[in-house]
Amino acid sequence: MSLFFDRWQQLKRDPRVVWAAYIALAALLVALPFVTDWAFGRAWVRILAFALLYIMLALGLNIVVGYAGLLDLGYVAFFAVGAYFYALLASPQFGIHLPFWLLLPLGAAIACTFGVLLGAPTLRLRGDYLAIVTLGFGEIIRIFLVNLNAPINITNGPQGINLIDPIKLGGFSLAQTHPALGLSFPAVYNYYYLFLALTLAVIFFSIRLEDSRIGRAWVAIREDEVAAAAMGINTRNVKLLAFAMGASFGGVSGGLFAGFQGFVSPESFTIIESIMILCMVVLGGMGHIPGVVLGTVLLVVLPEALRYLGPLQQALFGRVLADPADLRLLVFGLALILVMLLRPSGLWPSTVRRRELSADEDVARQEQATVYDASR
Amino acid sequence: MMQAADAPLLEATGISKRFGGLTALSEVSVTVKRGEIFGLIGPNGAGKTTLFNVLTGLYRPDGGEFVFGGVRMTGMKPHRVAECGIARTFQNIRLFANMTALENVMVGRHVRTRAGVIGAILRDGATRNEEAAIASRARELLEYVGIAGRAAELAHALPYGDQRRLEIARALATGPGLLALDEPAAGMNATETAELRRLLERVRGDGVTLLLIEHDVKLVMGLCDRVAVLDYGKKIAEGAPVEVKRDPAVIEAYLGGTVA
Ligand SMILES: Nc1ncnc2c1ncn2[C@@H]1O[C@H](COP(=O)(O)OP(=O)(O)OP(=O)(O)O)[C@@H](O)[C@H]1O
Ligand SMILES: [Mg+2]
Repeated sequence: MSLFFDRWQQLKRDPRVVWAAYIALAALLVALPFVTDWAFGRAWVRILAFALLYIMLALGLNIVVGYAGLLDLGYVAFFAVGAYFYALLASPQFGIHLPFWLLLPLGAAIACTFGVLLGAPTLRLRGDYLAIVTLGFGEIIRIFLVNLNAPINITNGPQGINLIDPIKLGGFSLAQTHPALGLSFPAVYNYYYLFLALTLAVIFFSIRLEDSRIGRAWVAIREDEVAAAAMGINTRNVKLLAFAMGASFGGVSGGLFAGFQGFVSPESFTIIESIMILCMVVLGGMGHIPGVVLGTVLLVVLPEALRYLGPLQQALFGRVLADPADLRLLVFGLALILVMLLRPSGLWPSTVRRRELSADEDVARQEQATVYDASR
Repeated sequence: MMQAADAPLLEATGISKRFGGLTALSEVSVTVKRGEIFGLIGPNGAGKTTLFNVLTGLYRPDGGEFVFGGVRMTGMKPHRVAECGIARTFQNIRLFANMTALENVMVGRHVRTRAGVIGAILRDGATRNEEAAIASRARELLEYVGIAGRAAELAHALPYGDQRRLEIARALATGPGLLALDEPAAGMNATETAELRRLLERVRGDGVTLLLIEHDVKLVMGLCDRVAVLDYGKKIAEGAPVEVKRDPAVIEAYLGGTVA
């Protein structure tokens, strides 16, 4: 057992093995839409594209919740801002059709501004209070979107905005099927590859930020805000920065969402969405990038997979015993509860957190804990 | 303006702090000279930690002023205080528990470094150099306090004495002119206390002024150049350790504390 483990550790350090693994992963990601389409159908390629959008969102929220430790329950507001910004400036709504390369960075900047605007008054609050206020802000944005159709019609109210321009990169429209290399690339494939590229960029940004002066300051604030301030960290600014960064990731994802769907309405930005994104971050392992990616993929794929509960019953019992929609939520809820009971720090926590929970250090840790608590 | 060499480094005058009906500090004045080790003693609840919290910007005083290195610091935010050169440790140890020892000290360099989001993402030459300097200074400081071997361990997993040293290393990383230590020897055994004493003398030797709250009488008497005694939020004595030890008011305060 330990021999196997040692061997594994050795392999992990061998650069050739690491490169081979990366190349295999890259090949897998490139081939994924074809394989998925062939095995499960086109609808699942679409689900993959959504999973990528959610990874960007979750990584954005991970900066706020996972690194800086600020519980934000209104994060979907930034997704909404990005989506509506794109929708308003690339649709017949106002007859404006800005190009994608302009909309994407602008959307990120606008969402970032909203992050600062929402953050500035709320970041004095801590913990539960911050959670409640951000929850309120998230809803305010959605309610604005619902009601900004009178006296002047801006958002088209609850109907939402339709006929949004599909994403075009130069003259290359993602919404058309393109032949290349003897293969044909339908619209969903094109979106998948664009989202994949941007998701990789977001992952890259996250990795760089995590291991930097700013990233350490975020974690320090999460661990002990008073000590962080006493060590010279301007906690207000650094927290605002976390909010702004998280928001801009959300804004990018929102813009892509609008272009992909061709349609946005306030319904897509309810509190449930915020909670879902938070679940993605927490399920995989807060503050750990691979964990967040894993959690997101699971939470996007699992509900879709559970749709098959209906046909499965049909096959097993000859009829549908329980409504698959209800059953789906039940199974989903159970799965979440089980994970939190069995793996409280997430499915794939960072090594740091894992060490914290490892058994052989438990005794030492308890000793330590008494010292900590007694002096608090 | 240049400061005269013998001018006080820290001058607090008439500091008062109330919590509701409780007067935790009443018109306390202390003067700390450059390069000395100044002790702050007094029975439990005397207001020592409260004074630290006022000096480091965690509490806003209800009255009084304090000037550090010629700069008026009253009401300054904690991070500005650190920037101006006062670093501290906490009576109840406040490390970044889930960061490694090295990372804890690296956080201490935050205030003396500049890299922002853009630098973090681009990781340009300047940022890389800065990061390397942060890491090497942090390692130096771990070595300095004697826990270099523990660099990669999580702060909360360190033995208690090492946590105290780590807090000192983290505070030193901010490059302070004044290091304020709140009961650094609490919970240490005799050997550890002796090592701590050597460490603090070395810190002073390297040009950092020390302000020390401590209950360990032997340590205070042996280490401090001057001490001030607080009791019920008032300063009841100040002077060289030997004099203060003989002061009837001090004896009364301590005995009274024990009897009551
Ligand atoms: N944040 C606060 N709110 C209310 N009361 C406080 C607060 N901080 C301190 N006090 C009170 O102020 C008084 C002085 O407390 P302080 O912690 O400064 O004492 P101390 O001299 O550090 O004592 P010790 O030796 O036990 O650490 C105590 O009566 C304490 O209960
Ligand atoms: Mg105290």
